[in-house]
Amino acid sequence: MNKIWVYIDQFKGQPLATSWEGLGAAKTLAGQLGGGVTALIFGKGVEPIASQAFQYGADEVLLADDSSLEDYRSEPYTALLAKLASESAPEVILFPTTTRGRELSAMAAIDLNTGVLPDVIGLEVVDGSLLATRPIYAGKLMCKVKCLTKPQLVTLRGRAFAKLLLDASRTGTLTKVSPVMGEADIPTKVEAYAAGEAGVSLTDASVIVSGGRGVSNNPKLTPPAGMDEKQAEIWKAQQGFKLVEELAQVLHAAVGASRAAVDAGYIPYAHQVGQTGKVVSPDMYIACGISGAIQHQAGMRTSKVIVAINRDPEAPIFKLARYGVVGDLYAILPALSEAFRKRLGK
Amino acid sequence: MKIVVCVKQVPDSAAKLVAIDGKANWGDSPLIINPWDEYAVEAALQQAEAHNGTVIAVTIGGEGSKEALKHALAMGCAEAILISDEALAQVDSQVTARVLAAAIKKVGEVDLAFLGRQAIDTDTGLTAAQTARLLGWPALTLVSVITGVDTAARTIKVEKSAEEGRLTVSTKLPAVLSIVKDFGEPRYPSFMGIRKASRAVIPSWSLADLGLSGLKANIAWPEIMNPPVRQVTTEMITGSTPEEIAGILADKIMAEKIL
Repeated sequence: MNKIWVYIDQFKGQPLATSWEGLGAAKTLAGQLGGGVTALIFGKGVEPIASQAFQYGADEVLLADDSSLEDYRSEPYTALLAKLASESAPEVILFPTTTRGRELSAMAAIDLNTGVLPDVIGLEVVDGSLLATRPIYAGKLMCKVKCLTKPQLVTLRGRAFAKLLLDASRTGTLTKVSPVMGEADIPTKVEAYAAGEAGVSLTDASVIVSGGRGVSNNPKLTPPAGMDEKQAEIWKAQQGFKLVEELAQVLHAAVGASRAAVDAGYIPYAHQVGQTGKVVSPDMYIACGISGAIQHQAGMRTSKVIVAINRDPEAPIFKLARYGVVGDLYAILPALSEAFRKRLGK
Repeated sequence: MKIVVCVKQVPDSAAKLVAIDGKANWGDSPLIINPWDEYAVEAALQQAEAHNGTVIAVTIGGEGSKEALKHALAMGCAEAILISDEALAQVDSQVTARVLAAAIKKVGEVDLAFLGRQAIDTDTGLTAAQTARLLGWPALTLVSVITGVDTAARTIKVEKSAEEGRLTVSTKLPAVLSIVKDFGEPRYPSFMGIRKASRAVIPSWSLADLGLSGLKANIAWPEIMNPPVRQVTTEMITGSTPEEIAGILADKIMAEKIL
């Protein structure tokens, strides 16, 4: 049995692309620790994911396809993962840092009496064991961590590891496994699902356009009559965020926001970037009307290229930015959307 | 209904962190209750109010961690317990979860245990799920709405977050919940609450009180480092019209070859 396992996260039969990054990281580790890479796929009607896993680098797939596994639930997933791992004793199990990957690794670690290295951005092998690098204090500091017990469970931060190029000719060994819990023994039921807002997910996005408190400051806008001061402020902010969303659409980017904008009620919390929101690391981060509080910087400072548009030339965000524009975002953003439309042929 | 809420004392989110000799330093920044835990306290108090229950706040740490408990008391928790032991100086999430699970058992007849989604210092986000697993209770993580708790049927229904949207999930009591910010703003401590908290006698439990010994961290962290310094030269883009500025900026960004 292979020493390196990778959990492939799926939702409603669709694999999350960040799972392929786990296979990429596993291949590198297998090169150092020896052996091949085994992918774990649990769900219902998920056999097609196995072919994709082979194409992204898995040598073997352990597939559990059963109606009791249709929705991710911690009880049957943990029980199955723990049984497979205790039988075959892999040295490493990699998970994507998704809501499910984090929970499953946490619970499986208890069953397997081992530890989890969560939200890892770098991995090396030292004396046959993993030495991982992970951010703490929302990236204000980094630390090296290791797991003293086996298997070493690791969740990988999205976009921190490269996936392999898809090789359509690649295939491997498919082994089917059975669930270990019957439906009657599973207390948790998933009753309904409401899709989130359409659009690009913040943690997967290669480009993010974010708005802050400044998006509500357009003096030229007159809110509809009958609004109180707070309603008028939110209305103005929403007009501002339309410009942020327009640019995001042109760039196929996700829409982010500062905590100030979320707390003021301009945009839902799901968009918050920062220490008490999402920590992101896109190729480009465009901050519009965001001053750049330390908590916000913690959430975006590892972005490759940072662009800041702000009226205040003293805003701390400019210290992080590769490109800065001091000016009125209501004029700059529409012009920027138009400029990119031309250059990107849209 | 008996409810436990687990909280942690952490450096303020505005703190500047620096690694010195492989350790985290936050200068003279204040220590506060973990911001995520305030949502857990709020959720716990709402359930207690709805079901004529009582909320007990629990933390692990030294004497200084009593401040986080006092904040929870000031918000409205009825009691607080500090778990303090020299053997808990270096813990990982698994040891933390073992201690919390033992404390929840010792409190006894607990229906719901609440935690924040993660602590803003170590950022692991593992403890709620691990505490649930150790207790053998269902874990409902990342909960934004508690739709209903049926104390007679011993069931709970919640909405929880996933990458793809919101899931409605039901399970059996007792259960462990972790709460996210979408739940709604936590209440401020009241004046009466602050007075009550300042006079509260907070009992301290040791590992021996919890019947625990030989706990061992599975995780070691040999080094804490400062992040690489961001080497950046800021180029300010200027022009006479927004269109001119936008054109120059778009050309520069196209040349970065990231689109």
